[in-house]
Amino acid sequence: MRGEPGRDAGAGESSVPAPPGGDPGQAAAGQAAAGQAAAGQAGAGQAGSGPADAGEVRPEVGAAVAEAHRREWAFVLAATARVARDIDVAEECVQDAYVSALDAWSRQGVPRNPGAWLTTTARRKALDALRRDRTLRSKLPLLIEPEPATGPAGAAGEGEVIADDRLRLIFTCCHPALAREAQVALTLRLVCGLTTAEIAGAFLVSETTMAARVTRAKKKISAARIAYRVPPSSELPDRLDAVLTVIHLLYTTGHTAPMGADLVRADLVDRAIALARMVRELMPDEREARGLLALLLLTDARRATRLDAAGRLTLLRDQDRAKWDQGAIAEGEALVVGALRGALRAGRPGRFALQAAIAAVHAEAPSYAATDWPELLALYDMLLAAWPSPVVALNRAVVVSMLYGPAAGLAEIDRLAELDGPDGRLAGYHYLPAARADLLRQLGRAGEAERAYREALELADNEAERAFLAGQIVTLSHAEQAAPDGAVPG
Amino acid sequence: MAKYLILIYEDETAYMDPAPEAWQTAMEAHTRFAGQVGEKGGQLLGGDALQPTPTATSIRGDVVTDGPFAETKEALGGYYLIEARDLDQALDIAKLCPAPYGGVEVRPVMEFSGE
Repeated sequence: MRGEPGRDAGAGESSVPAPPGGDPGQAAAGQAAAGQAAAGQAGAGQAGSGPADAGEVRPEVGAAVAEAHRREWAFVLAATARVARDIDVAEECVQDAYVSALDAWSRQGVPRNPGAWLTTTARRKALDALRRDRTLRSKLPLLIEPEPATGPAGAAGEGEVIADDRLRLIFTCCHPALAREAQVALTLRLVCGLTTAEIAGAFLVSETTMAARVTRAKKKISAARIAYRVPPSSELPDRLDAVLTVIHLLYTTGHTAPMGADLVRADLVDRAIALARMVRELMPDEREARGLLALLLLTDARRATRLDAAGRLTLLRDQDRAKWDQGAIAEGEALVVGALRGALRAGRPGRFALQAAIAAVHAEAPSYAATDWPELLALYDMLLAAWPSPVVALNRAVVVSMLYGPAAGLAEIDRLAELDGPDGRLAGYHYLPAARADLLRQLGRAGEAERAYREALELADNEAERAFLAGQIVTLSHAEQAAPDGAVPG
Repeated sequence: MAKYLILIYEDETAYMDPAPEAWQTAMEAHTRFAGQVGEKGGQLLGGDALQPTPTATSIRGDVVTDGPFAETKEALGGYYLIEARDLDQALDIAKLCPAPYGGVEVRPVMEFSGE
């Protein structure tokens, strides 16, 4: 085995206890055991399907394994995939390593560097599996890894930046030859270490459907030989955009769960932010990576205020700004500055940097009315140029209404809807009638506003949003009864 | 290295009774492509243009029928068999494959014996 660059290079064999011999065949069962043990340390003694005679798993060991699962999964799997040269084999070995950890750490204590212990263990299992089954090595299509052109290992010099294996992993999961939904599923499965059941739950599809989706995607990676590598710089902008888009999609899915009662699916949101943080750390020079992390932090800073005490949706203009997470805002704003400034130095800012800048303007405003609307309009114009999207144009129309009045905003929205056409991207997008309804309400056209709210209600499927829209309709119909001529009382 | 088949799907009406110069242009484009495969680091193992679908005969079970297996606007009109390091390289090459009246599909070739 060559000297492997990476974080575990310092994990000398002597400092790492030998893992108990494991049978990768049991890994599937092991996944459940490790997952359960990792998920809830409460299940200490009751890990029925866990390693036989593992004795008592002490709560602190269970917690340590759970912590290592959450923090180190991507690192361990990515490093193991390079040895196993097959994602399925790597996954089994890593799951097995987590199961081994429960037992080994109970007996020997939790190692100083759990990630290194798990990596060494998983890699050894992978080598064992390859040695035991030579056909595996020849039969399975290999993950392709370009050999580094450097001389003897380590001779390249300490200063040289070596791509972290986690980058290879995430770029492979988000390869453009895979469908977007497959990219999302693979990222959650391979980079975040979620089980198929968890991913299925997050996207409200059956476990069978999700399992088939993951299997199909993995099969394509090996059969079509999707390379396990970070793309060359000529392809990097597009490929990175795909990675960032997947992370953003995870966030928005969690932020406004498309269906169901919870407005925020916190686990997805946290995973997305952790992923954005990881990519930003691994690619510190990429401004869009910085922009995405900033965008997520600045948006998430408002998480606590998006629902009121009764669980009702609260609009930005009514949110209690004192409750916004100032720590997240400060971190986000610092990142925005870098993302924009860097971008200006080398071409125009990207869409994530601009969206983050927009979120920062909101975060800085002392109140909704005192928001810097001219600045927002300028940013939306730049965003529209960088990323022409009817959804962006719709948001821009709301800014127009704040600057030039609801009638101007309404005209803008109607123009957009016409431009977009009956089969356009905005058709079926419930924020369009909702935005229209709000402007019509402001203009005192209560009847039309109510109809638009009903239209939005028909299209929305998030319960919190539906409740909000229904509430607006009730308010309007009361107002209409009070003032049949359509005038809205102050 | 792995083998990939590049399948060229095009609207074949575009090639019916083409002007001689249009035909010439198409031939030149394909000749140029054959050279580009090597420049991109791949290898051209073979390839052919097919006669249009009205010349096709389909057999299902033992029923023989006139015409292609499936009637589609864009029909299989030719293919290249290439060898490439991985999918990225194969796609890189396939992007250069001329298909002005349609597009191409890239399929990895299944390998059976250990190698």
